Amino acid sequence: MKMTSKIRSATLVVLMVTLLAHVLAIAQDMPRFRWENFTTANGLPDNHVFCVLVDGDLIWAGTENGLGLYENGAWKTFRPAGGLAHQAVLSLALDKRTGDLWVGTMGGLSRISASRIDNFTQLNSGLSNDIVYGVGVQGDFIWTATAAGASRLNTRTGQWALFNERNTPMYEIWTYAVSPGEDKVYYAVWGGGVLEYDVKTERWKDYNDPDGENQLVLMKDQGLIHEITTSVSYVDKILWVATYFGASRYDGRYWHNFLQKDSGLPSNFLNQIKAVDANRAWFSTDKGLAYYDGTNWSVYRPALDTHKPEMLVRDAAGVIKKIAVQSAPAHNYILGVDFQGDDLWVATAKGLSHGIRQGGSSKVAQTKTDSAKAAQLAQAPKLVQK
Amino acid sequence: MLVGSLLRGKTKWIACIAPAVGLTLFLVLLVPAAKPASTQSEEAVNQHYLSPIEMAFSPDGHLLYVVCQASDELRIVDLSSGKVLSTVPVGHVPRGIVRSPDGRQIYVTNAWADTVSVIDATTLKVVRTLPTGFEPTGIVCDKSGKTLYIANRLSSDISVIDISTGQEIKRLLAGRGASYLALSADGRWVYGTHIYPNAGAFRTQPNSEITIIDTVRQAVVERKRLHNAAGVFHVALSGDGKLGVAAQLRPKNLIPLAHVEHGWAFGDSLTLFGDDIGGTLQVPIDELDRYYALPWGVAFTPDKSKLFVTTAGSESVTVIDVQKLLAFAKARRQLSSNLANDLSASANYVTARISVGRNPRGALLSQDNKRLYVANRLDDNISVIDTSTDKVISTIDLGGPKTINALRRGEQLFFTADYAFQGQFGCANCHLDATIDGLQWDLEPDGFGKDIVDNRSLESLAGTEPFKWNGGNPDMPTECGPRTEKFFYRSQSYTPQQLTDLVSFVYSLPYRPNRYRLPNGDLTPAQERGKAIFERTKYKSGKPISEKNQCAYCHSGPKYTNQQQVDVGTGKSTDRSPVIDVPQLPNVAYSAPYLHDGSARSLEEIWTVFNPKDTHGVSNDLTKDELNDLIEYLKTL
Repeated sequence: MKMTSKIRSATLVVLMVTLLAHVLAIAQDMPRFRWENFTTANGLPDNHVFCVLVDGDLIWAGTENGLGLYENGAWKTFRPAGGLAHQAVLSLALDKRTGDLWVGTMGGLSRISASRIDNFTQLNSGLSNDIVYGVGVQGDFIWTATAAGASRLNTRTGQWALFNERNTPMYEIWTYAVSPGEDKVYYAVWGGGVLEYDVKTERWKDYNDPDGENQLVLMKDQGLIHEITTSVSYVDKILWVATYFGASRYDGRYWHNFLQKDSGLPSNFLNQIKAVDANRAWFSTDKGLAYYDGTNWSVYRPALDTHKPEMLVRDAAGVIKKIAVQSAPAHNYILGVDFQGDDLWVATAKGLSHGIRQGGSSKVAQTKTDSAKAAQLAQAPKLVQK
Repeated sequence: MLVGSLLRGKTKWIACIAPAVGLTLFLVLLVPAAKPASTQSEEAVNQHYLSPIEMAFSPDGHLLYVVCQASDELRIVDLSSGKVLSTVPVGHVPRGIVRSPDGRQIYVTNAWADTVSVIDATTLKVVRTLPTGFEPTGIVCDKSGKTLYIANRLSSDISVIDISTGQEIKRLLAGRGASYLALSADGRWVYGTHIYPNAGAFRTQPNSEITIIDTVRQAVVERKRLHNAAGVFHVALSGDGKLGVAAQLRPKNLIPLAHVEHGWAFGDSLTLFGDDIGGTLQVPIDELDRYYALPWGVAFTPDKSKLFVTTAGSESVTVIDVQKLLAFAKARRQLSSNLANDLSASANYVTARISVGRNPRGALLSQDNKRLYVANRLDDNISVIDTSTDKVISTIDLGGPKTINALRRGEQLFFTADYAFQGQFGCANCHLDATIDGLQWDLEPDGFGKDIVDNRSLESLAGTEPFKWNGGNPDMPTECGPRTEKFFYRSQSYTPQQLTDLVSFVYSLPYRPNRYRLPNGDLTPAQERGKAIFERTKYKSGKPISEKNQCAYCHSGPKYTNQQQVDVGTGKSTDRSPVIDVPQLPNVAYSAPYLHDGSARSLEEIWTVFNPKDTHGVSNDLTKDELNDLIEYLKTL
């Protein structure tokens, strides 16, 4: 028995060491960052940052009191006095073909094109509502998610199409986010699940929580996790959905849901989801920023109790390891994220954070830094007066 | 140009001109000296004018390709003989031309067909036709010969076209009325100008822009703001890339126009930009007592010694000593923030005014820089100027009709500034290319800011009388005659024959093609729903709408006007009367802003902002979807 017990103990130790080594290896693989934070103290228009967008070397931050542009180490602010539709900037989208920036605000939609600002409101255009929670670019179409349904602007003809309870299965019209792809356009409808627009057939389809509005999850992985959706991200023909009660992934046939209790999510309350590809995504929650690599999770935040920088890594077995880090995002209430090569830019309730990649083997972002493009951006026309 | 388009179909032309014939019959009774209308129309049917507007050279410089706007063709001129060698039919209302860098292709924009004709320069045949945006005008080809950039006037954007596939890669946002483009000598940048001002706040000075495109990124990288400029025409770059120039109008539309003899209605000027200037600078080309209206075409000599500017309303070419201009600009720009309004300035750099033909437009320097070619649009010929002496040395006849009919005479009157005090302006100053100028004017001598009026379209006016926003002018002779002569021009009166000709021309202006209708004439579902709203007789609640408050009551008949004057609650405290002439609606999509004073910046604002009490039709029971549907229908009219 003693021998058996020793063997068991030894086996357990070996197992634990193996497991620890495994978790440490995973920890080494998960991306690590050095965080630099921006607040009003160093030029950010406002500390409450709703959204962030990366355009090469330019960083756009949509805040409660103005749109910030970070360029060459300095912030410039756009507000209504300078032509912006409203000071509260809720959403951003870049037309990569033209370089035009679309800005969803609480007072309409603005287009910034080579410093010229044009505004579209419910009074001067076909926009359905001035509160523009989400905006996305799909070729010549600009899709918006507003407090009164979805709108689509054809930039070639100026024609608007509105989508709401009268012509879609949208039983709630509070659309909160949009993610256009080449073949499908997805909407997060706050309280109304997810809507899918098929570009080819021009038909709409809705996806709802099979549990209805019940807060209990009775049928996990049998459909959308909850009706109160806040964000959608459609990448590589995979739909990722954020809700206030967990997250979902849908491959066109199967749903997989993520909850705090059985995943590495630090919270079920999600403000945004942004996919890297079919298997990897970033989750903006009220308790930190989370990354999922398809198997393992990592979380970045100021610790909830001590507020000291914290990074947690969770493996597939659910073992959580705390990694020693020296910095963290500005706040654990995360509202949005965008990629700059391997770096991250993160919108939080108390500042904008730049996650400068320090280690980890896997690529975590969609886009590479395009040095050629950056060089082009830096070169101004000879006749341009700077 | 417009006349020519009418002449191709006799039946169509007769349909268009019939009301004008009635009017001119009336004028015969009213004005005995006027020539009988029937004779004029016979003349017109038999004429086929060319209206040359832009030009390009063959690679060896021996051939001149001339875009003929009214005859829908490209005429090829042998410069050694001065004879037209051949003619290439292109699309409807061609406006712009560029040659591929290797000279094998010629590209011509067709403004009313929304296409580009690709012409094989060897066979002189159209080999391809490429789609563009609405009303393509200016065109450049990048240095590699792979990409075309096309300024679309009505869609206010710039098409980027891959020549190999013929596909439009993308559409770049331009300013309103995107019209002219120029490529920098190094091929890196495209500069674009616009004939209409950008939308701005009500009763503020207009602004335009020079749009700068990076040909590597194929994206707009800068917009140079042109303060108080509205109506910007050709743009050109010096060979060293250090100086750019755009020809433009500076309107004085915020204060009463009536006393034109006390000050200018328009300043004719240039915007200079680039390293030689360090920013932008606007300089006048007018003189203290003489104006050079509608500066249009521009051409630099490569050594930057001379700049030539065609003045379309003054039948002349202005010659500028560039070095003197730069020296003057350097000396004065610190002293005067408003140099463009100093009419004494031009004496420092304008060295010659060369008389050419009627309505000179495009200007092109020969490859050896010894000759300047100027397209005289309303004389169907080309002036050839010796650039060393600044004299016209010959005129190339393009082979147009030898007789000038009533419509052509009217068109010449419309585009000249010769009748206004000091040659300040003509009809075409406000009605650019016989359209609008996108401006609101304070016309009457009734105090500042009173009776502000938006510029109205001139398309197919017969059957829309009376004229003026208050309906004060019962007919076109009144509108174009005493009102214009005495009130605006303060100078020379038209003879009865001239007035008849001018009226005939104005009445001959047809509708531009409507781009919002489906090709088969059907309406989209949204447009159908909008039509039902336009024609409805009941509120959504079922309650009847009073007949006079139904859209289709006032906006009735073939032109969507009942030709009455009504108060629809859109009058302002600055208006002498709230009674407004019911405007016609066809092509209303093109004529923003709206309402009599232009206070509605978009069609939506007519109802979302200016119809709070349902006095301008019933709109307050409509959902946003329904209002959008109504607007989609209106755009099809």
